[in-house]
Amino acid sequence: MASSLTIAGIDAAYGAVRVIENVSLEVGNGETVALLGTNGNGKSTLMKCVMGIVRPSTGSIVAEIEGVRHDLTGLTTEEIVDLGIALVPEGRRLFPKLTVEENLLLGAFRRTARAQLARNLEICFETFPRLAERRRQLAGSMSGGEQQMLALGRALMLAPKILLVDEPSVGLAPILVSRTIEAINEMKHRYALTVLMAEQNFNQAIRIADRGYVIVHGKIAFEGRSADELNNNDLIKKFYLGL
Amino acid sequence: MRTIPFFLICLVIGGIAFAAALTLGNDYYFFAGYVVLQYVVLSTAWNILGGYCGYVNFGTGAFFALGAYSTVTIYTLIDTNAFPHVVPIPVLMLVGGAVSAVVGLGMGYLTLRLRGAFFAIATLAMAVVLETLVVNWDFVGGSRGAFIIRPETIAPFGSYIRYLFLIMLLLAVASLTIARLIERSRLGYGLATIRDDEFAAEAAGVPTLRLKLIATTISGALMGMAGAPFPYYIGYLQPQPTFALDYAVNAIAMPLIGGTSTWVGPLIGALLLGSLQQIIIVTISSAVNLLLVGALLVAFVILAPNGIVGLAHKYLQHKDDDFVGRRRTGLEAPAPQVESSPTSEAPS
Repeated sequence: MASSLTIAGIDAAYGAVRVIENVSLEVGNGETVALLGTNGNGKSTLMKCVMGIVRPSTGSIVAEIEGVRHDLTGLTTEEIVDLGIALVPEGRRLFPKLTVEENLLLGAFRRTARAQLARNLEICFETFPRLAERRRQLAGSMSGGEQQMLALGRALMLAPKILLVDEPSVGLAPILVSRTIEAINEMKHRYALTVLMAEQNFNQAIRIADRGYVIVHGKIAFEGRSADELNNNDLIKKFYLGL
Repeated sequence: MRTIPFFLICLVIGGIAFAAALTLGNDYYFFAGYVVLQYVVLSTAWNILGGYCGYVNFGTGAFFALGAYSTVTIYTLIDTNAFPHVVPIPVLMLVGGAVSAVVGLGMGYLTLRLRGAFFAIATLAMAVVLETLVVNWDFVGGSRGAFIIRPETIAPFGSYIRYLFLIMLLLAVASLTIARLIERSRLGYGLATIRDDEFAAEAAGVPTLRLKLIATTISGALMGMAGAPFPYYIGYLQPQPTFALDYAVNAIAMPLIGGTSTWVGPLIGALLLGSLQQIIIVTISSAVNLLLVGALLVAFVILAPNGIVGLAHKYLQHKDDDFVGRRRTGLEAPAPQVESSPTSEAPS
């Protein structure tokens, strides 16, 4: 069944500081869409808008989950999570004093997610065998790469339809960035996810992205309809890479 | 251990303590023990919000005083000459608890959007505001304070202090049971996620505001219940010492010294520090009290940041790096199957 995300003309601000201006984007069923931009351009804010953590002042955010349309702007974060939309927060944001297993189980805090708890945990350990080895260890004591795997695994525990990943590469060594990106791609294909990924690391992101948007100062500066279009574009170099 | 057996065992231990105090044949032990038990309740209540959820409340004194002043209000409303002590203390405690619960909920609504130090400052401010209100409210005695003449005796306990002691003992047992129940429940895990990372908790669908409100309400209610019998204990209730920072500081210091992540920590901390304070009041002076609290707090923060429970765990298990201090029995999932099945479909 089809799942997609449509953001149309949203504005968002923290107090008087306007962060996002008239942003529209679309993530089609089964797509991986990259949201590219450097620090402070509104990528994370956009993710928070989708999750209902930040409320846009205008515009609409509509998610289609298994063929049913839901207007997210009126829902609470819990309700949005219940629909099957999961966010992997920037900088991993694990529960450091809880064990790996507890972190995963808490990914399924919602009643809807707990229905398939044992099965989802099994799938999670299968996707990330390292987590199974470390299930009794405190999340905060693992390496950065392992923590990122755990953050992804925690989101999987919701059995999401739409996955939002906010800067998976942040704070990781280059080899781990590459592995994390591959893990996201693998998860996507395995669970038929629809993925919106915010990323600064342009070259890594376009390895797995079908399409992409470049966001500059809270506005969509460029829309690339294919990975190639993103890759070989002078505008990108100007806007984003600063060349 | 299930909750009901735990509750019964605590009752038995409490009963033994009561019987032991009776055999000593000196009511002073009941007076001193009452204060210690009161601190067991206050620090356990504080820990529900502060230890489990990570929100430091400096308003313990205010919640405690609310309970005490609820009692004074009821006492003043009823013609004491015609109906002396007509409202039983357990009822007063329920009223005091209810008042503090409502204020706790209200405080939560107003302040729980603040985090860290800002929340702590807000609770401190609330204590100051409430104290000012009481000082200027003549009906409950204002700054002059209020008298409650406690009856000499009550059947079948003999002297009244024994009765008060027993009531506080029951409340302490109830608080510990509630704290332990929360710790092992979904609520407890939800609070732990808020303590560890509130944003991630939200992203995982934890209804953070609701859980925090539940925690402030329960915590406030228990503090109020601890305060309700206090006018009967002290006889003469004054606003300044009742709202004093002593309660707030002790209610923070005791869980920190005992260990904040389990129900055992506040209990150990309160028993230890509370008894020590009582001994010092008698042997040295009451002024040395808070000095001792301060010194112990500094020592523990440096030497044993996870408290006595953390130290014991480290000593027994020899792996302090793995210590979280919480039993992990509540949320065990079945072990994953090792043999892998083809799972190309999405988890549903």
